[in-house]
Amino acid sequence: MVQFAWLIPLFPLLGFIVIGLLNKRLPVNLSGGIAAAMVFLSFVVSAFLFNQVAQEGSIPERVVLFDWISVGDLSIPFSFLIDRLSVIMLMVITGVGFLIHLYSIGYMHHDQDHARYFSYLNLFVFFMLLLVLGSNYIVMFVGWEGVGLCSYLLIGFWFKNIDYSNAAKKAFIMNRIGDLGLLLGVFLIYTTFGSVSFREVFDAAEHFSNNDVTITTICLLLFVGAMGKSAQIPLYTWLPDAMAGPTPVSALIHAATMVTAGIYMVVRSNVLYAISTDASEVMAVVGLATAFFAATIGLKQNDIKKVLAYSTVSQLGYMFVALGVGAYETALFHVITHAFFKALLFLGAGSVIHAMSGEQDIRNMGGLKKALPITHITFLIGTLAIAGLPPFAGFFSKDEILASVWSHSPIMFWVLAGTSVLTAVYMFRLYWLTFYGEFRGTEHQKSHLHESPATITIPLVVLAILSTVGGFIGMPEIFHQPHLLKEFLAPIIWRATDHEVSHTFEYALMGVSIVLLIVIMYGTYSNYVTKKNLPIANDENLTGLSKVLNKKYYIDEIYNAVITKPIDAISAFVYKYIEKGFIDKLVNSTGVSLNGLGGVMRFVQAGNIGAYIFSMVIGIILIIFFKLIL
Amino acid sequence: MLTLLLLFVPLLASIACFALDSRNVKVFALGSTLINFGLTVYAFTLFKNDIPDQFLVNYWWIQNLGISFKAGIDGISILLIALTNTLLPLIILSSYRIDYKNSKTFYSLILFMQFALIGVFTALDGFLFYVFWELALIPIYFICLLWGGAERIKITLKFFIYTLSGSLIMLVGLIYLYLQTPGAHSFDIDALYNLSLSAEAQGLVFWAFFLAFAIKIPVFPFHTWQPDTYTDAPAQGTMLLSGIMLKMGLFGLIRWMLPIVPLGIAEWGNTAMILSIIGIIYASCMALVQNDFKRLIAYSSIAHVGLIAAGIFALNIQGLQGAMVQMLSHGVNVIGMFFIVDIIQRRMKTRNLSELGGLAHNNPMFSILFMIIMLGSIALPLSNGFVGEFLLLNGIYQYSSWMALFAGLTVILGAVYMLRSYQKIMLGEPHARSVEFTGLHTTEKIILISVASIIIITGVYPKPILTVAGPALEEILSHVKDIY
Repeated sequence: MVQFAWLIPLFPLLGFIVIGLLNKRLPVNLSGGIAAAMVFLSFVVSAFLFNQVAQEGSIPERVVLFDWISVGDLSIPFSFLIDRLSVIMLMVITGVGFLIHLYSIGYMHHDQDHARYFSYLNLFVFFMLLLVLGSNYIVMFVGWEGVGLCSYLLIGFWFKNIDYSNAAKKAFIMNRIGDLGLLLGVFLIYTTFGSVSFREVFDAAEHFSNNDVTITTICLLLFVGAMGKSAQIPLYTWLPDAMAGPTPVSALIHAATMVTAGIYMVVRSNVLYAISTDASEVMAVVGLATAFFAATIGLKQNDIKKVLAYSTVSQLGYMFVALGVGAYETALFHVITHAFFKALLFLGAGSVIHAMSGEQDIRNMGGLKKALPITHITFLIGTLAIAGLPPFAGFFSKDEILASVWSHSPIMFWVLAGTSVLTAVYMFRLYWLTFYGEFRGTEHQKSHLHESPATITIPLVVLAILSTVGGFIGMPEIFHQPHLLKEFLAPIIWRATDHEVSHTFEYALMGVSIVLLIVIMYGTYSNYVTKKNLPIANDENLTGLSKVLNKKYYIDEIYNAVITKPIDAISAFVYKYIEKGFIDKLVNSTGVSLNGLGGVMRFVQAGNIGAYIFSMVIGIILIIFFKLIL
Repeated sequence: MLTLLLLFVPLLASIACFALDSRNVKVFALGSTLINFGLTVYAFTLFKNDIPDQFLVNYWWIQNLGISFKAGIDGISILLIALTNTLLPLIILSSYRIDYKNSKTFYSLILFMQFALIGVFTALDGFLFYVFWELALIPIYFICLLWGGAERIKITLKFFIYTLSGSLIMLVGLIYLYLQTPGAHSFDIDALYNLSLSAEAQGLVFWAFFLAFAIKIPVFPFHTWQPDTYTDAPAQGTMLLSGIMLKMGLFGLIRWMLPIVPLGIAEWGNTAMILSIIGIIYASCMALVQNDFKRLIAYSSIAHVGLIAAGIFALNIQGLQGAMVQMLSHGVNVIGMFFIVDIIQRRMKTRNLSELGGLAHNNPMFSILFMIIMLGSIALPLSNGFVGEFLLLNGIYQYSSWMALFAGLTVILGAVYMLRSYQKIMLGEPHARSVEFTGLHTTEKIILISVASIIIITGVYPKPILTVAGPALEEILSHVKDIY
């Protein structure tokens, strides 16, 4: 079966080519149908592979497709690595990917450009699959930059809107900043190990001593790449803007799959990070800061997608904290549950936006639970899952992160626990304001309110089920069930860190979570529904901390003033005064003085240096030709 | 024999142009370049990777001066011949819908240019190399002078004097080397490779050669002729200059400098590397503030070739292989870009980014092809640009990690100015005048699709290029490594 692994990325690639070539000749159901079918086929092959790799005693296998770049002792085959980490990522990408393709058929029904949309979406899946299948850093990098391209294309999908294409450009460039770090990391890997292949690098790395400087540098450089792709401080500001793309794109690319690529890469490179506890500590701190700050911003956003976007940034921060404390399986666990519930929340938001005729501001929503029963229930499940109520999926993965952080550093634990509280607050604020209270939209919107069609609701229901039961693959010890995911991933984790916490702590954590959640649910309900304390209609009237949070700490403005503007200004200055005013003047004056010299010497009557040199060359050539003939 | 055919088919065709009717000359020129393309393909089928100087021709030219007509093909030259002979049909085709006045002279000059370029890439005699080097300047000088834009006289004169003064210095260097050869002096490349000059002498020759090559490439700060000339030349002239002619300088570095003055490079290579890398960042920043799209591409070209030059001075196989691949990729991508400039300019009567916008709306095919060519030039993986850029940066990293960091800024800056241009030209609401942008004509489609296909094919499967160039580059490197 493993030798058929190349089929997995091939299907979506074919879909991209076929849909791209036929383009507008395809009706919407067909373009969407082909795209979804291709991802489904990949899902089926992935499932077979998963089944095989899950067998007891299976070993990682490398599938070489062709020799890509070979220079000197650098050899980069285009090859795939099939092991437990890659198959689990395959399942998530093709599974969630298929549901989102299905959803898109309903969602993009009225868009004339549906063929372009579905071809890009298939291309994205292709690159994402390459990313997790690659057996060396370079093939991974192909997927890594490829998904960045698709993200760019899909954020700017409605390209007539210049704000959208600005958001797309920003995403690409911020990712490129990270990519430069990643590339430099790969170069250092090559100079250190003489290879870029995962297996050879990790085998060789195992002999390095703890906190070896080279390994730490590699880890930090790779992490710069992860900062870009997985939206961590300071490279996170592109992700909230990326919400300009169609909502299913936000669900697939900017929540469930692409943005978790950084986590995948660190788990893949866990040998290196286990050696460099220094780099891991940096990662944990950056992740913690990102988780906390993004959550605070989420408190004061009023665009339904922006809230979810900051929530994604925050949750990605959680994952990096887990990676930083060495809980690689836990981070991946959260990647999986997050893919379920965040895709669900985004798709639910899309269903709401669809019903509201494009409205995204929660201040203009309210009371939607009657009109949108399925969307409402599934959105509630997503909210409970992200907020961490047992037995929903998010509870298990988040609790596991908290527990492993506790044994690493109590201070970090408290910050992260505080972030969990904030998460529940902004999520329930969003939930109550959207689905409860009175309808605050226009009459026109009210008359159009409707539940979405089946292609939209079926993915919602499936994801809601997954968000409910998905956590059972990783039960804490107190339930006396095996931790399926940990056992599954054990072979690919080189040095598992033991994060044992006492049973009392586990019980306490669970009990406090439940109580706190109920308090938050009640508090936010009474504030936003009973007392109708709606967010202020005009953002400009906000004051103090609320305003700072609403304006996202003015980070975009600061970047603009500190980086973008100065570079442009310096470049313009240099162009005017150095390029034109100095270098070019110097060249010209040299020419003029030579010209004057030519005039004095009077070698030719005209005194034209060009003609002079020209005739000289012709002369030389003629003499030589004559010589030849004679 | 094949070498002579490759050389003289264009030369004879160039002369024959004058005997033709001016209506047929375009087709004739295209046919002639296609014959040369066929010959190149044939040469590839006969080519053996690990044998130097194949298809060798060697006649005495001026025997008592030790000058011979010695030309041959190795892994380096065959790729550059392939580049020349692939791009020329495309360049001629790009003029298909344009009726230049004095078209006989125009196409005759282009074909003469082809002759001279192939001469530069095949010459194995120092003097012959110099002759071809200068011969290549003459047709492009006239093409720019006679068919260029408003300021052509001033700009072309500057270009001519600048590059010519560089090459005269190179001639001095060559004559000096010639006088150092033992016995009856010789310009033969093997005799020059076997010279063992003092470090000081090598340093001087280094500068004599480097100036000539640096002006041609161009390397910062010898680049100021380039944006003006590229901007003012007719589209085909710009394509010839940027796509092929500047490779003469890079080729010169590899073939005529590294093996001859290794000690000079040990002394000054670092300086050259720093200049090249300054050029990358400097030219990228200049590209950021351009409004004229043609000038913007001209600056981006300086940045790209700066990276290639830096990779050559890294003196390792990754850097050299990267340089080879990127010379080909840059040639293909840049003529694609300049053709896009021409397509836009002919329809919209402007190249200013501020006056363009929304062209994607009615032209899906154009926007896709433009996108692919753009992705090639910002080196997205699976495009030809990535293979070259990855190897170059990797080579530079092994030389110095800090240099690689600075050179690597091109990864970011390139994306900034290219995406910005694409956005300003293609995206946004359609302009009032965007309706004037009619669909692509057949010849335009052929050219852009060819360019896009080469970008993807060589990006996915660069192996043939790497295997062909490998042994020849190892050979070059062995001359340098002997010293260390």
